[in-house]
Amino acid sequence: MRRLFAILCCYVATSLTSVHADEPMTTVDADPATLTTVSPLPSDPVAEPVSVETLLQSLTEVKLSKALPVLKQLESLGGVALLPMFKGMLEGDLYFVKSSKEVVMISTIKGELTAQGVLSKQPLPGVSKNQLKKIRVNNKLRGFLRQAIARLQISHPDASKRLAAVQALLTHLSDETIATLERVRPQEQDEDVQAMIDLALALHQSDSADPAVRLAAVYVMADSLESDARNKLVKIIGHDTDPKVKAAATKALKQINEEIEFYGFIDQLFFGLSLGSVLLLAAIGLAITFGVMGVINMAHGEMIMLGAYTTYVVQLMMPNSIEYSLWVAIPLAFVVSGLVGVLIERGVIRHLHGRPLETLLATFGISLILQQLVRSVFSPLNRQVASPEWMSGTLDINPILSLTLNRLYILAFALLVFGLLLLILRKTSLGLNVRAVSQNRDMAKAMGIRTDWVDAMTFGLGSGIAGIAGVALSQLTNVGPNLGQAYIIDSFMVVVFGGVGNLWGTLVAAFSLGVANKFLEPVTGAVLASIFVLIFIILFIQKRPKGLFPQKGRAAE
Amino acid sequence: MNQLMRFSRLHGDSKVAPFVAILVVLTLLASMGNLLMPEDSAFYVSTYTITLLGKYLCYAMLALAVDVIWGYCGILSLGHGAFFALGGYAMGMYLMRQIGDRGVYGNPELPDFMVFLNWTELPWFWQGMDQFWFAMLMVLLVPGILAFIFGWLAFRSRVTGVYLSIMTQALTYALLLAFFRNEMGFGGNNGLTDFKDILGFDLQADTTRVTLFAITALLLAVILVISHKILQSRMGKVIVAIRDGESRARFIGYRTERFKVWLFVYSALIAGIAGALYVPQVGIINPGEFSPLNSIEMVIWVAVGGRGTLIGAIVGALLVNFAKTKFTAIMPDGWLFALGALFVFVTLYLPQGLMGLYKKMMDKRRPDNSDSHGSDTEGKNAEPAVKGGNV
Repeated sequence: MRRLFAILCCYVATSLTSVHADEPMTTVDADPATLTTVSPLPSDPVAEPVSVETLLQSLTEVKLSKALPVLKQLESLGGVALLPMFKGMLEGDLYFVKSSKEVVMISTIKGELTAQGVLSKQPLPGVSKNQLKKIRVNNKLRGFLRQAIARLQISHPDASKRLAAVQALLTHLSDETIATLERVRPQEQDEDVQAMIDLALALHQSDSADPAVRLAAVYVMADSLESDARNKLVKIIGHDTDPKVKAAATKALKQINEEIEFYGFIDQLFFGLSLGSVLLLAAIGLAITFGVMGVINMAHGEMIMLGAYTTYVVQLMMPNSIEYSLWVAIPLAFVVSGLVGVLIERGVIRHLHGRPLETLLATFGISLILQQLVRSVFSPLNRQVASPEWMSGTLDINPILSLTLNRLYILAFALLVFGLLLLILRKTSLGLNVRAVSQNRDMAKAMGIRTDWVDAMTFGLGSGIAGIAGVALSQLTNVGPNLGQAYIIDSFMVVVFGGVGNLWGTLVAAFSLGVANKFLEPVTGAVLASIFVLIFIILFIQKRPKGLFPQKGRAAE
Repeated sequence: MNQLMRFSRLHGDSKVAPFVAILVVLTLLASMGNLLMPEDSAFYVSTYTITLLGKYLCYAMLALAVDVIWGYCGILSLGHGAFFALGGYAMGMYLMRQIGDRGVYGNPELPDFMVFLNWTELPWFWQGMDQFWFAMLMVLLVPGILAFIFGWLAFRSRVTGVYLSIMTQALTYALLLAFFRNEMGFGGNNGLTDFKDILGFDLQADTTRVTLFAITALLLAVILVISHKILQSRMGKVIVAIRDGESRARFIGYRTERFKVWLFVYSALIAGIAGALYVPQVGIINPGEFSPLNSIEMVIWVAVGGRGTLIGAIVGALLVNFAKTKFTAIMPDGWLFALGALFVFVTLYLPQGLMGLYKKMMDKRRPDNSDSHGSDTEGKNAEPAVKGGNV
């Protein structure tokens, strides 16, 4: 499981960096080309007043190396109206009809080719591929197109689109871009976009000859977490001649690095809490059964697995409404695992009362049977459970810190389940009975509590919660027959660490183990981290055999 | 539970001598069947069977180790596979060094996997493992010291019952994770394999295999007798007393944790020896041996045979493993169902194992032997002491 988290971490990390890495790469590709081929540009006379139509016409005729000036003119003349065309060109979907030279965008809908005129916006009837010719693009043009698209989107009505557009421009600030930015800055209302534009301008000004301008630019950059600003500052520290600017840049860089470190810490903390929430969900049911009945349920992991498979089956049954499948899966998983739990209690555990070690062995046997059963029914391969739309994606807090939504939801869900369970134990008559039995079984029996009924209900409740944990887990990992096995030892550790029969102890233990694990991981690696945690718990149990929060009073004996 | 205790107390003088005699005779017969009989004879025992029997006997030794602490002292260890595997790894390291330059890479010093990882010199813990005596010392020392440290920590702070079981399981799980790492220097996922010879004898030769098998049987007999003697002695009585009522034993004045630690170490030593004998016969040792499932399977061998009987553990290990071999050959998918059902069935209906069943049948034939149905009141009195957790 921890390995999986590590992989997830890595994945998130690489996808974050790759987003940033993407942009410079294309510009690196484009740069040398620009240097060599843009040179004839000034000599190219713009004599006659041109129209968009003629420009499009010439786009179909010019050589690839001469297309850049045409595109530049198209951008200035056509403006936002040509945004779809630029996008299409970037994707390689821009063609022209060989006979009429009309520029069209093609798209394939249900295997059928449709072409749409760029200017007319009308679909051309009955066009086949051999009547069309592609308008070719190279890396240089793609670099320009991205910039142009971003520049055009700066006037997009949606603020988040504008923000993304400016952000995309940061890596490569040409003079046109700066001119555009300076033009839109006074009209900009959104604060975030304003700040981003200021940063872009500052990045540009930091190359200025005037040290005072450079200094002002450095101050602006100091407030940004964008990697471009940081790179620029590093460059300034290395190359700038003015000592004042240099000092300011050093200070700014230090401030930025500190902030990055802080957000990195928050990120780790989040992953730790996320692992903790999973552990909490997995262990909380175990804590109840262990606390009340003194019974170790080795089949607890398989209850989690059953819950996960319930989610899988529910999604198979309602493939068209994955969005709502979880709302069906959660209660169903509770019922399925809960029923199996009650069956196990009635069929086996009841007969082994007062013999905890035998119960441990028998439930282990049951876990083997359940695993093999699932393997026979669903195949031993892992199954993928789809995540609903509203659970996928990330919550971007700033350029460095973004929290994955599914982990955030599961964290909240775990706390919700914990709260509900606490309510059940505190406020319902079942809870009262459960607490009575866990404190003094014989006395409770003497007072007329049907202890065997309470046992069955407790076991069902604990198993049902394990089933819910399975639903949550299915959103984080693949579902397979060994899913439960992976969590069972960790869950035991949480229960033992927190103290038996104490829900708050379980909560604290789950989160502290999760966080400890995640903070150890970068230092030692995922495997060693879990080994260290295990060893720590083994040693901890020596010191406090009853866990963090031991039961007090006569109930403890 | 208490009935079981009384049962083993009464029948502690079980038939060890006849059992050892049968074991020795069968071993001799099987060995001669392999070495002396022609291949087409009805009495010929194939080398495959000999190796299989040798493997079973290693498991039996391991079961004996579990029985010594579980059956007699009430310590349910779910991590005895760790001691077994550590003994196995010590032996495996010796065998690995014996390969010398016959490996794929032909490096006289380093085993193949180290060459593969671009290591240039032997790690410190591999030094001296080319000496047989040193490797054998490690077979005993490594599991022994681990058991001592773990036992000393656990028993001193009075960790008992299910807590202890879970801790031992965590121990073997941690070792499993550790040995999977390539950087540990134990061959990572693949473990140690491709052994060539032991003390200069070819491991593939029939004579070597039969000798290893015979040595395993002999050591099993010796360990059985020693364990029996220990448990019959005064110390053994104290150990059983600790199982039945640790607090009482402590109040009488025995340092119970010391008894437990030494018994735990003794048991780990047996497991280590079993592992060391297992590796040359099976030809491989990998981290899979540390898996918690293996360790818990051992417990079921003992439970099937009947715990607290020594002989029962051996019989249980042999029977269950024989069934496993047959079962996995006929229907591989069914084995886990069968094993799972066995766990449930034995704990529910056969708490005293096959030896208990055998005893019950003998009792029925001789109705005069009424001692074994001792009074229930005695059992009730013992209850509070037992409730401490080491049932």
